Amino acid sequence: MFGRLVYESFRRQKRRKLLAGVAITLGVGVATAMIAVATDIGDKISRELRTYGANLVVTPQEDTLDVQIGGVDLKPPSDGAYLNEADLPKIKGMFWRNNIVGFAPMLTVSVQVGNGDNAKNVTLLGTYFSKQLTFGKQDFVTGVRITHPWWKVQGAWPDDNSSDVLLGESLSAKLGRKPGDEIEISGQPHRIVGILSTGGAEDNQIVAPLALAQQILGKPGAVRRLYVSALTKPEDAFARRDPQTLRGAEYDRWYCSPYAASIAFQLQEAIPHSHAEQIRQIAQNEGTVLSRIKGLMLLVTLAALFASALAVSAAMATAIFERRTEVGLMKALGAGNVSVAALFFAEALLLALIGGVVGFAGGALLARQIGRSIFDSQIAIEPVLFPVILAIAVIVTFAGSAMAIRRAVKFDPVYALRGEA
Amino acid sequence: MSSTRNSALVSRRAAKPHTSMFLRMLMRAAVLRRGRAASALLAMVVAAAVATAMLNLYVDVQAKLRKEFRNYGANIVVVGKDGQPLPADAIGEVDSALAGHGLAVPFAYVVARTSDGQSVVVSGTNLDQVRKLNSWWSVTAWPNASLDALVGTRAGAVVSPQRKPFDLSFQGRTTHLNPAGTLHTGASEDSRIYLPMKDFENWTGVQPSTIEIASSGSPEEVDALIQKLSRALPVAEVRPIRQIMEGEARVLGKTRATLAAAAVLIVATAALCVLSTLIGWVFDRRRDFAIMKALGASERLIGGFFAAEAAALGAVGAVLGFGIGVGVAAWIGRVNFHAPVVPRFNVLPVVFVGSIVVALVSAVLPIFLLRRVQPAMILRGE
Repeated sequence: MFGRLVYESFRRQKRRKLLAGVAITLGVGVATAMIAVATDIGDKISRELRTYGANLVVTPQEDTLDVQIGGVDLKPPSDGAYLNEADLPKIKGMFWRNNIVGFAPMLTVSVQVGNGDNAKNVTLLGTYFSKQLTFGKQDFVTGVRITHPWWKVQGAWPDDNSSDVLLGESLSAKLGRKPGDEIEISGQPHRIVGILSTGGAEDNQIVAPLALAQQILGKPGAVRRLYVSALTKPEDAFARRDPQTLRGAEYDRWYCSPYAASIAFQLQEAIPHSHAEQIRQIAQNEGTVLSRIKGLMLLVTLAALFASALAVSAAMATAIFERRTEVGLMKALGAGNVSVAALFFAEALLLALIGGVVGFAGGALLARQIGRSIFDSQIAIEPVLFPVILAIAVIVTFAGSAMAIRRAVKFDPVYALRGEA
Repeated sequence: MSSTRNSALVSRRAAKPHTSMFLRMLMRAAVLRRGRAASALLAMVVAAAVATAMLNLYVDVQAKLRKEFRNYGANIVVVGKDGQPLPADAIGEVDSALAGHGLAVPFAYVVARTSDGQSVVVSGTNLDQVRKLNSWWSVTAWPNASLDALVGTRAGAVVSPQRKPFDLSFQGRTTHLNPAGTLHTGASEDSRIYLPMKDFENWTGVQPSTIEIASSGSPEEVDALIQKLSRALPVAEVRPIRQIMEGEARVLGKTRATLAAAAVLIVATAALCVLSTLIGWVFDRRRDFAIMKALGASERLIGGFFAAEAAALGAVGAVLGFGIGVGVAAWIGRVNFHAPVVPRFNVLPVVFVGSIVVALVSAVLPIFLLRRVQPAMILRGE
């Protein structure tokens, strides 16, 4: 009998059930989309923050002091120690390898440009542009095009295996060269394939593939410093602890958290005789910006949950309020308060489950669409979200119906049947 | 006596036959069905509050986040062309161009020699301002006495491993410095020694060659500032720090787009909530509608009545909701950004008009559906 009542109620009142169902579906959809976006926004923004470039730097352990003003190296080039280029792919073998967005080795050499009387001393920077590397079985591409996304080239990027070069913007204006011209560097002619604009010291330099810089310096495999761009977790009090003082489980927790400090520690382990450090300007501020944006989205998600809970409650209350005559009839025929309330709650449960499933699917699609159009990447929906959302949908629907059901049940059947509600 | 009073009443009613009755019907409808009217109003207020809060946040978040982004430090740098020092009044020019919307810090650099002949870069600057500009600098103690130096960690290992006072010489002049604090940044600053500008100038006589500027403005304002500075300082090269500017623009744009998507979703849900409550409210009163119609009211009058009621509800709800929404936005600002979101009154008309439109739509829709139904059917309870 109970089942038939519920079934008939859905069969006969398609329009009303549809209205309430649509409200639940939309509410659940919005809630799902917002929760999915809010849980994933940290990852997405942290990827966007990589636009700021490398947040870690690796230098040789026995390095001498930098003598550098405004990006111009004044140290004799023969001075100091080097990292070994052959060690670099090992970065892809460390624990947090998947958090390494990219890395770029740097080697500066002082070179003579031109010949005879108008010879000029210029800094040449050797690096990877987008170099194909292999570690174990995995192939990957890395270089300044990933770690320094604000570098803009007019013309083409040189090939990493060629001996073509880029000319800094200011330098090219001074020398009067343009893409396609030849330039004499330390007696050898090289082709300029593009003009580089960075807004930094590189505007006054020549930027070349790393191998070319090593060849000019006469030190194959030498790298002066390595810039690493990594996805990190904002620093907290635990992150600032010294790994030397941590024991057992604490050390494991520190080592296995993607803090800038623990990734630096692992970089040091991966590359022999190196010293890795976070670039505080980038690494520290990243945490603040990230936590602000995450906090904002969390509060906005709360607002969204509140609004959708209200919409669902309002729709349910209206749907039940309209059925006072029905309640009056049932009570006049001898139904108790409990059985009337049970009928309404069963209907609400059914609506909440259907609306919850459809709304979850719709919300997931919406979240994907938001992810694709704003961040050009998928927003991952945690499967664990599904039961949570369904539970929230049922609770909110029940809460929204409860008041209306109580009032409907309490109503005197005589008035209800006479239509004087 | 009474007949004159009656005739006055009659003539007054004849003059404005509808208005007073209309108003009375509106008032009675609100008073008699307090419960339903209150729940409709509540839905309206909440929806307007949520919409106001979201719009306010969306408008203000850019300013709030831009402030956070200024923690990245300078976004414009002024350097002398070809390594020349800047003119003496350069910092004054920059300060007047900034007009308080940012911070400008001069830096002077020389390469000095330690007592055992090592080269080290020494910089003179305004340390109080650097502290504000570069908040990421990790410093053990900021120097405050004369001849106190801030020593980078790597430089410190060379010049004074035991943190004892040390000597530096530049072009034959020697100075005796006290390492007051250690600086750690992870970048080139670690290899340098920073001195207060006065000590630096007394020792080397070198003028600042670089000014770092953190301008707190939109990209257009920063561009305008760069143009202005280039004209004011023709001997200097003024350039944006692209790394900082582009990162900021990108993250800000994405955040705003996400917030806009969220705002659209939330405002749509709130509107839906109002729509379903108000439709229920009006539908519930189909008996009033039928009686009015049976008594000979025209459809236009009935439509007007319900529309006026809805509009009044929308207006009251919008105003109350605006107040609450501004409060919610301010609270979010305080919790998340430690500064309240400033109320934007240009949001009010949008919320006001939006509320009334939603209320009108939800009142007119059921009337439109009921129009074809005979009043007798409704009154019989069908």
